[in-house]
Amino acid sequence: MILATSFLHNENFLRVLYIAAFALFIYGLMGLTGPRTAVRGNRIAAVGMAIAVIATLLQPGEGNWGLIILGVAIGTAVGIPAARRVRMTAMPQMVALFNGVGGGAVFLIAWAEFDNTGGYAHPAGLHTAASGPVPTYVAVFSIFAAIIGSVSFWGSNIAFGKLQELLPGRPITLGSLQQPVNFALGAIAVALGVIIVAGSHSELIFILMLLAAAALGNAVVLPIGGADMPVVISMLNAATGLSAAATGVALNNPALIVAGMIVGASGSILTNLMAVAMNRSIPAIIAGGFGGGGVVEGATGAGAFEGTVRSTSAADVAMQLAYARLVVVVPGYGMAVAQAQHAVRELAKALEARGVEIKYAIHPVAGRMPGHMNVLLAEADVPYDQLKEMDDINPEFPRTDRRQRRHQPGRAHEPRFTDLWHADPRRRERPLGRRHQTLDEPRLRRHRERALLQTEHLDAFRRRKERRRRHHRGARGHLIITRRRHACPQRELQNGRASCAPAPARSAPATRSTAISRSAHASRTAPAQTPSSCSPPPTLRASRWRSQTRWRRPARPRSRSAPTRS
Amino acid sequence: MLVTNLTILVLAGFIGFAVISKIPNTLHTPLMSGTNAIHGIVLLGGLLVIGLAGNSAFNKLILVIAIAFGTINIVGGFLVTDRMLEMFKRKPTSAPKDGEQK
Repeated sequence: MILATSFLHNENFLRVLYIAAFALFIYGLMGLTGPRTAVRGNRIAAVGMAIAVIATLLQPGEGNWGLIILGVAIGTAVGIPAARRVRMTAMPQMVALFNGVGGGAVFLIAWAEFDNTGGYAHPAGLHTAASGPVPTYVAVFSIFAAIIGSVSFWGSNIAFGKLQELLPGRPITLGSLQQPVNFALGAIAVALGVIIVAGSHSELIFILMLLAAAALGNAVVLPIGGADMPVVISMLNAATGLSAAATGVALNNPALIVAGMIVGASGSILTNLMAVAMNRSIPAIIAGGFGGGGVVEGATGAGAFEGTVRSTSAADVAMQLAYARLVVVVPGYGMAVAQAQHAVRELAKALEARGVEIKYAIHPVAGRMPGHMNVLLAEADVPYDQLKEMDDINPEFPRTDRRQRRHQPGRAHEPRFTDLWHADPRRRERPLGRRHQTLDEPRLRRHRERALLQTEHLDAFRRRKERRRRHHRGARGHLIITRRRHACPQRELQNGRASCAPAPARSAPATRSTAISRSAHASRTAPAQTPSSCSPPPTLRASRWRSQTRWRRPARPRSRSAPTRS
Repeated sequence: MLVTNLTILVLAGFIGFAVISKIPNTLHTPLMSGTNAIHGIVLLGGLLVIGLAGNSAFNKLILVIAIAFGTINIVGGFLVTDRMLEMFKRKPTSAPKDGEQK
């Protein structure tokens, strides 16, 4: 019995357990490379986690079992229902929240360790090998973990609040003061950290440092619009991972180091991918370069949507789809909030029964986080092998007969795939202008779109939108195939800055929401625009439009009142 | 000890990049929530520190919170990931489930 116990508490045995744990993490993540092995991979990683926890509990000198059980019980009681109940459309919020609590755990642990060791002055029994004074690096890594963890905690919570609409989704910014303030907060946090590393044992300084980091977390995320939050979340995810790795170095725990670094790597890769997909650079994101500036540009970019809509009828669309050979569905987040993915799937099934080939073209950031759209479509039982990534599907378009774009509740365009991925009117903070940098202009101009409108649903949609709701269940599954707007080629030359001369009123940020929502719904530029000039948007072909939709775009977009209906 | 740990740190970073790069776009949301669960491993830090003698009452409080946070992260993260991945695995012929979305 004694033999068995001493074997379990053997330092080397515990190290082996940690190694087994992180080996299982890596092996589990390798399983995520395909949908068949992914479930198993995730469970393998969970087993690795269980082994790591058990190994820690076997650590010699472990005590306070009551408190440990209490903490684990609280966490389980909160975590399981949250994970079971969350809707798939709410997944980004959930990830933000989980990420936030992870960051919170990191900084609380660093704080407790600071407290317990008198400011990292004496070993706390964690470093069983080190009997002398604690090396400086322990303090350095702990402080790093505390700062990053605090930033991540507050930043993620703000992100959660914005995505959950507890906070206003629009950017909250200090204007030109924003970056100096961020910089100052960061500098204060680092300076206080340096003071502690240099030998101060004052808890006050530590708390001030945490506060500065907390303020920094708020200040970084608040200026970013709700729809750009996924980039921030994956960045904060990377940050939390790195802070966990730093905690691992401070506590001399290899499992923590490896797990933290893998999360850091994954978060960085995802951030980079999203940044590329959104035509932004990571330095610009870190510097808070979007959100604030993007709004104004998006407002002017909205001018490009002026023009006419050619409507079509449901019967016409049905006929076109039925006689197509290949239909590519290009879904967007709007389809998800309208819960239209099941309707899409039904349509696809009906078409498949007629021998039509169906594919889904998924943009990397369709939805609200990378790969989000795939989850939503998988939920509607769309086969995995019909989901195509952008690079795979783009060569297919020349042989495509019909492209449906579902990106509003019940709205489908016939797009070029690279175009207009996020011109979602409900996301007011989307900088539309920047999204069109990669447009293939000549092909676009050749292209035609037609709109299938369901008036009552659009009206319901609009009414709800004015209450700033996101869940438009009434508008499920109705096609609108719109005539392709004609994008202004000069914008490309200006590095994405919308240089089309829009109607003057449109450049005012205050009118932006109305401008985008109306234009994105109702209007597209006339195809006759020449590539060399960006004339003001042509007028609406009002009579035709109105007769078919009973919805009129007001002449002055500055008015924020509800669209009048005849 | 520092040098060993830094070695692990750097190697783990490269392994992470190599492994994560292979994961297709379609599975990025599960990946993100999965890695989220994995960084809940900071729970171990909380377990290590709370096990020691000499924690004040306040310290114990924040450590219990930290452990609860870590557990939420781990339990919730793995469960959510599992739920999502099951959807990908599901046979395309099976009827759509309507329960949780309503």
